[in-house]
Amino acid sequence: MAQGTFGNPAIVEEELDILLIGGGMACCGAAYELMRWAEAVKAETGTDLKIKLVDKAAMDRSGAVAQGLSAINTYIGPDLDPADYTRMVSNDLMGITRDDLAYDLGRNVDDSVHLFEEWGLPIWKTDAEGVRHDGAESIREGIPTLKDGGKPVRSGKWQIMINGESYKWIVAEAAKKALGLSRIEERIFIVKLVNDKNDPSRIAGAVGFSVRDNTIHIYKAKAVLLAAGGCVNLFRPRSVGEGAGRAWYPVWNAGSTYAMAAEAGAEMTMMENRFVPARFKDGYGPVGAWFLLFKAKATNAYGEDYMVKNKAMLDDYPPYGQAAVPASCLRNHLMLKEMKDGRGPIYMDTVTALAKLRETLTPKEVKHLEAEAWEDFLDMCIGQCGIWVGENIEPEKKMSELMPTEPYLLGSHSGCCGIWVSGPEDLGAPTAAEGDYDGVPAHLPRGWNWGYRSMTTVKGLFTAGDGVGASGHKFSSGSHAEGRLAAKAMVKFALDNKDFKPELDTSAAQLAEEIYKPVRTFLEHKDYTTAIDVNPHYITPKMLQMRLQKIMDEYVAGVATYYNTNDKMLAVAEEKLEMLKEDAAKMRAKDLHELLRAWENYHRIITAEAHMKHIQFREESRYPGFYYRTDKNFVDEENWHCFVNSVYDKNSKKWTVFKRKHVDLVDKSKLFVKGAAH
Amino acid sequence: MPTFVRTEKCDGCKGQDKTACMYICPHDLMMLDKDGSATGHAMKAYNQEPEQCWECYSCVKICPQNAIEVRHYADIVPLGGSVQPLRGSDSIMWTIKFRNGTLKRFKFPTRTTSEGSIDPFGGKPMPKLADIAKTGFFTTSVMGGFRTGNPAELIRVK
Repeated sequence: MAQGTFGNPAIVEEELDILLIGGGMACCGAAYELMRWAEAVKAETGTDLKIKLVDKAAMDRSGAVAQGLSAINTYIGPDLDPADYTRMVSNDLMGITRDDLAYDLGRNVDDSVHLFEEWGLPIWKTDAEGVRHDGAESIREGIPTLKDGGKPVRSGKWQIMINGESYKWIVAEAAKKALGLSRIEERIFIVKLVNDKNDPSRIAGAVGFSVRDNTIHIYKAKAVLLAAGGCVNLFRPRSVGEGAGRAWYPVWNAGSTYAMAAEAGAEMTMMENRFVPARFKDGYGPVGAWFLLFKAKATNAYGEDYMVKNKAMLDDYPPYGQAAVPASCLRNHLMLKEMKDGRGPIYMDTVTALAKLRETLTPKEVKHLEAEAWEDFLDMCIGQCGIWVGENIEPEKKMSELMPTEPYLLGSHSGCCGIWVSGPEDLGAPTAAEGDYDGVPAHLPRGWNWGYRSMTTVKGLFTAGDGVGASGHKFSSGSHAEGRLAAKAMVKFALDNKDFKPELDTSAAQLAEEIYKPVRTFLEHKDYTTAIDVNPHYITPKMLQMRLQKIMDEYVAGVATYYNTNDKMLAVAEEKLEMLKEDAAKMRAKDLHELLRAWENYHRIITAEAHMKHIQFREESRYPGFYYRTDKNFVDEENWHCFVNSVYDKNSKKWTVFKRKHVDLVDKSKLFVKGAAH
Repeated sequence: MPTFVRTEKCDGCKGQDKTACMYICPHDLMMLDKDGSATGHAMKAYNQEPEQCWECYSCVKICPQNAIEVRHYADIVPLGGSVQPLRGSDSIMWTIKFRNGTLKRFKFPTRTTSEGSIDPFGGKPMPKLADIAKTGFFTTSVMGGFRTGNPAELIRVK
């Protein structure tokens, strides 16, 4: 093969059965499950499935868990029912989630957690005396593993504490070993899915480029798993200098999952949903352990507990505000009331919490407690420690500010935007034969399953983790498990379509031209001006991103307006996004790194547009505290207790947005019985 | 706060094809300045886009020369503090220095097996294709993690 150059990249074409896009928890889970089933296929049929995983980074440290984690947020354990988990997911997301997806995840997720522990992830345990031990000590003490009945340290009803600095490293090791290095390609950024020439409702492959050498990669595949994370930095962040990188969710999550799926014609769901985490200010350090493990309270500047003080505000949103644990957005709603009324800053009262805990502890235990508090940040959000040391904050001596962040789009944490997928068949989900499908475009499936778990409405295209919409609260372990569920279904799909030959609907030359267009634009026009970044013929990816962030922040309910928008503001945003999307065709790339940024920002724009269109379509404020439509500032159960879904037409570049009926598969009224388990 | 590379410590990973920091950075930030044209320091690495740094410390932890440190985001954090790890094979040591000079050290376990020792399918059953449409994973029968719920909870299943 001839060496490519920046002006003339080499093209590598490859034909596969199964392609995994992404290298995070979901794709690591998929790789693990997939390779064992592939062995079974080989043993029983003699067929060698051709499989590849492509990651834009390095699997050891890619995805949302790259830095590590201090807790696994989804572990059901032997004492809770998947139905309890399903109810919690539903209520936290204001009632509009797919019970079939949440339940299926809930019954399967612990298998992955038990594997993590077997592979070497240290999981904290409580011994018979109720004393906590870290994951390594608990082994030395002979405390059994979770699988063998060991008791985890719960930092919440669903969360367990870990020593998780190497969490991703460990999970990636298992995935890489399962795959074998020959099936892994790192530093290739997939930017576009390609539909089948003979059947546009089908996937035929995906294309991308190497960020290390001048090569374009074209993969044909029968089945594709698209699991490339959520979307960060589509809104103007609170810190706009060096601190712009200190996003709460990983800054490299560029909406690639949503944009590529939408362009391939996949039905999207709940793209109006967003997550606005209330976190330690500026560093975005986690608050879960502080609230749940250390029992700290959040207060306004005058020491008042706003969750108590403003409790009556929860009654404005029945029934979601009335569960034992109100929805996350409503907790923000109560905090924002204090901020807007001028009673900020909001504080996490770490001083009182630690003092209270010290009352009953020995000096040795106090030392341990201090280490636990620091580890919570050091395992997953080191930047927060940077703020503590810079501002001389020792949590036992000085309280820390809390702040709601800029909005994020994701489907695996406390959010539920994503892609509409086929669910399990045994949980009572609506079928095509029953139900009301008025307004659902004719080419889309009717019921909630169409043969292959986790398949999108595009044949052969699967997703997991942040990609699966209308569920949420999967977190790291759930994303791994969801990747495994998808992988199994993909093997079945590949077997059922053994003789299918995918054909790309676009020629290799044309795809290459499209992908390298920002490079061509740069090379063609760079000498027109004397300053490389200011040129009427192109826009830098960085400026394009800032323009997107300004539009989203000012018109689509960012921090600038305290998360408020209305129909008029959305109409302005719509027009501005349209022009931004046109100008995206004029992005430049002066090197491969900038080509990466150019495509990431294109993905952000498509994702942002979906978000805006969905908020515009849903004529209510479903998530008070995450966003408000001030022209429809209420939750309207009668008209909007439904999914909002959409499809994008890549040729006309237009969205069609529509409703799908919501159906409960488990009884939600149990959430609202006094004293009942949440 | 973005990462920075100490000039005197970085050896460009001894002229290998790629440096450890380039290999690991999840956001493609680290660059090897082969000829010194970008930084004035030939064969040393640098962070090419500091405002995109997540401070995930992946490069800090992997650098074989301990040449990478972090100066926390200048638009947020007062100067003078530092948070520096030393990652071993089964634990990580943190040295934490406050702006006012206070010093703390912590050590946490990172894994309970030796690196590279995972045998992904060892002791795991070989699945049967006949079971491929059934719920559960190929490990369900051995990992004890499948939670069979109370069937009465599923209100639409007859």
